[in-house]
Amino acid sequence: MSDSVAVSIQRSVSVTIDGIEVAAPEGSSILQTCRSQGIDIPTLCYMETLTPVNTCRLCMVEVQGSRTLVPSCSRKIEPGMVVITNSDRVSESRKMVLELLASSVDMSIVSDELAGWMELYQVDKERFGPMAAPSSLGERETMRAGHHHKSDGSKAATVFEPVKIDNDQYVRDYSRCVLCYRCVEACGTDAQNTFAIALGGRGFEAHITTEFDVPLPESACVYCGNCVAVCPTSALMFKIEHDMRQDQSWDESRQTITRTVCPYCGVGCNLEIHTQDNKIVKVTSPLDHDVTEGMLCVKGRFGFEFING
Amino acid sequence: MDLRTSGKPASPEEIEAVESVISILERPTGTETDGKGSLDGRGIPFDNKGGHRDLLLPALHAIQERIGWISHGALDYLSLQLGVAPAETYGVASFYSMFSLEETPKTVIHVCDDIACRAAENGEPAAAMSGRWGAEGDGSGEVMWVRSPCLGRCEDGSAALVQRAGMPHRRILVAPLAADALAVELEKPVHDWANTESFRVPQRESDPSSLRLLKRVGVADPTSVDSYRSHGGYRALRRALEIGPDNVIREIKDSKLMGRGGAAFPTAIKWESVARNTARPHYFVCNADESEPGTFKDRVIMEQDPFAIVEGLTIAGYATGCEKGYIYVRGEYPLAEERLDHAIHEARSKGLLGNRIFDRDFDFDIELRRGAGAYIAGEETALFNSIEGKRAEPRNKPPFPAQAGLFQKPTGVNNVETLINVLEILEIGGLAFSNIGTPDSTGTRLFCLSGSVSEPGLYEAPFGIRLGELLDMAGGVSSPKSLKTVLLGGAAGSFVGPDQLDIALSFEGVRTAGATLGSGVVMVFDQDADLDQAILRIAQFFREESCGQCVPCRVGTARQEELVLRLSNNTVIGSRSDEIALLGNLATVMRESSICGLGQTAANAIESAFKLGLVRG
Repeated sequence: MSDSVAVSIQRSVSVTIDGIEVAAPEGSSILQTCRSQGIDIPTLCYMETLTPVNTCRLCMVEVQGSRTLVPSCSRKIEPGMVVITNSDRVSESRKMVLELLASSVDMSIVSDELAGWMELYQVDKERFGPMAAPSSLGERETMRAGHHHKSDGSKAATVFEPVKIDNDQYVRDYSRCVLCYRCVEACGTDAQNTFAIALGGRGFEAHITTEFDVPLPESACVYCGNCVAVCPTSALMFKIEHDMRQDQSWDESRQTITRTVCPYCGVGCNLEIHTQDNKIVKVTSPLDHDVTEGMLCVKGRFGFEFING
Repeated sequence: MDLRTSGKPASPEEIEAVESVISILERPTGTETDGKGSLDGRGIPFDNKGGHRDLLLPALHAIQERIGWISHGALDYLSLQLGVAPAETYGVASFYSMFSLEETPKTVIHVCDDIACRAAENGEPAAAMSGRWGAEGDGSGEVMWVRSPCLGRCEDGSAALVQRAGMPHRRILVAPLAADALAVELEKPVHDWANTESFRVPQRESDPSSLRLLKRVGVADPTSVDSYRSHGGYRALRRALEIGPDNVIREIKDSKLMGRGGAAFPTAIKWESVARNTARPHYFVCNADESEPGTFKDRVIMEQDPFAIVEGLTIAGYATGCEKGYIYVRGEYPLAEERLDHAIHEARSKGLLGNRIFDRDFDFDIELRRGAGAYIAGEETALFNSIEGKRAEPRNKPPFPAQAGLFQKPTGVNNVETLINVLEILEIGGLAFSNIGTPDSTGTRLFCLSGSVSEPGLYEAPFGIRLGELLDMAGGVSSPKSLKTVLLGGAAGSFVGPDQLDIALSFEGVRTAGATLGSGVVMVFDQDADLDQAILRIAQFFREESCGQCVPCRVGTARQEELVLRLSNNTVIGSRSDEIALLGNLATVMRESSICGLGQTAANAIESAFKLGLVRG
């Protein structure tokens, strides 16, 4: 997002956050304002380069005069707004949201930041009881809206299902999917404009899917890998990383990252080449690079096989 | 960007169904079919903005009606014609329970097993269905039956919606449901299948002068605009056109009318902010997606006095500077839809819709839209998304509809009951209207009485009537057993005890009692009622109707159902008090952090049942 442009043409708005009066550019979100003040607010679905969808409800704060808590990522500041980010009410909500996720989704491979918040809020993923067994492959995808498997309540329902491996570039492990919508946004108007995936189903059975759950090679996917780049919980993972994790050879401590410019065309996308044992294991792009904002095309993302080979 | 499809062909019938909805559109070259419906979308300009994406639901309905399910080929064909990505079309189709994405028998019976019908049938209205048509969801025969959330026939105690695909196709709502009688009906030629039309307005016999909103119900012919006019119809619109838009809003302001959809927002403020918005065009939407369990008031009005809704919406459009209005009626209400459709056509043919209404410089028309089985589509911003051809996921507010609503334009939106109040206000004047009811809750209110009362049905009473008085109007508790509890306001409302019969049924009266009027549901339970069943059904309802967008509601409603199950089966983890504390904790977070009213109210009734000791704590 081009915050710097917004700053130059807009006025400043005064708000009170946790008792301290601060000024921020008009049009800023509460989240941007807080972060500019060094106030830590946990986020999951929010990403600087994507349109806020405020679905995870982790970044909730109190706004004076509002009956409910407010998603700081998408609420703009208004003059005189009084915001509280650190009350028990706020903490209780964040803890519960993280527990609801952790009790239904495999969150074992997440960013250090997210792991830190889970520790901070003392997330207990067993609070809702033992987790239910995985569904069979494709089972959740065929559940009809408004009809779910009735249980006796003894097990906490989960989104666990087998990993979808249907191409050589990346795998989809929806047991790890928190439905943050980031991949759908990246595949759609926020970056790639391919629209290969969408939200399907409803309620707890809602899921990310292609039409009729067809394998990716039969879908509109162009393998840019931008969905993988924005996924916060490793539900989407490059195949090389997935395979190396399977044979336990994946070791980030032995990896180096080299920043370079993609040689394929003249756009000038920056690449971060992740290497382990002198082999390329992953290619990403820096978020702060104003050409790519973290996005790449299939060539930059996956066109390194000949080097490894 | 090119649109990629699977290359799976659509059948001639599927193409015909789609074309019946979209044939008027001009489409980019390259989308013509080769007659076999087989085409590869590569090379077709496509931006997924879908200039006509709002035709997606009507076209999905057309395929569902004609074929009985939506195949991959049909979905691709539709996507291509509307310029919407197949994945997105699939996302929309799979959101709504009335669309099937796998081959399904041509006849599907949706059997109501919601709170009122379950209680009336001792917990199993669906049992008789299995005997005749096999297990629920068994699609091997000619007929399949599935359970359904509330079908709005609570006063009859059981109900079913029948969807029949093919040529001809038909949807009928029958109540009360008797499997044998239904089987006989289904033996008839499809076009003869009949809705069971009934309305129970006991005041019609006992005290007709007490009816204001329901004064024409059972009196005027709902299919005749002349009959409507001879019973006072279109006087209000005539008056509106005489006094002008600003004065219409002033009358509404004087009346102190508050929205009847559940949120009780002042109607005049809403209308004024739409009218004043300089962005164009403006839209006005009538929310007729009544689906709150226990509610049937809007259905009765739509079926028995449809012209009143057309007139009310026309006045709303006039006052707020709209040229176009929408009525979004729930898909489970076929007779209501038929009557509204007929009323709109009649009004148009008599110059009461269209250009120069009553020969004034005022153009307004109404489009009727049908829901497809999603309670959440009744949330106003979800309803906009649904009309726009998207998943009915509520939007974050602000912006509010008056700023950016349907198609991101300034939009007014009111419930059916709110709009017919407007007619009464213009007839008697805003000030006179404000003298009815209580100072803060003006006018009369429709109450849907069901369950263990002697005369279930639709009642109309001034705000402020005591709950006990209302129950007396309905003849009191029907069984020899005494009153156990009343569910006030629907599944999103709360239970109140027999010691609370003096609650004044006004917005402020119920608020003081920690309850809500919601959609006017008054569901009565006697001492024999199984409240464990009732709250379990409520928990199940919210889990199944959550759109799935936000974590507190998507996972919270699932966890709530599990907790209620464990408490009711006495298979708690830890102690009962731990589980109840967790349930309370969950309720707080769902209320505080969910995006919309569904998640925010999903714990209300359940929490109140535990508080009142209706179920074991």
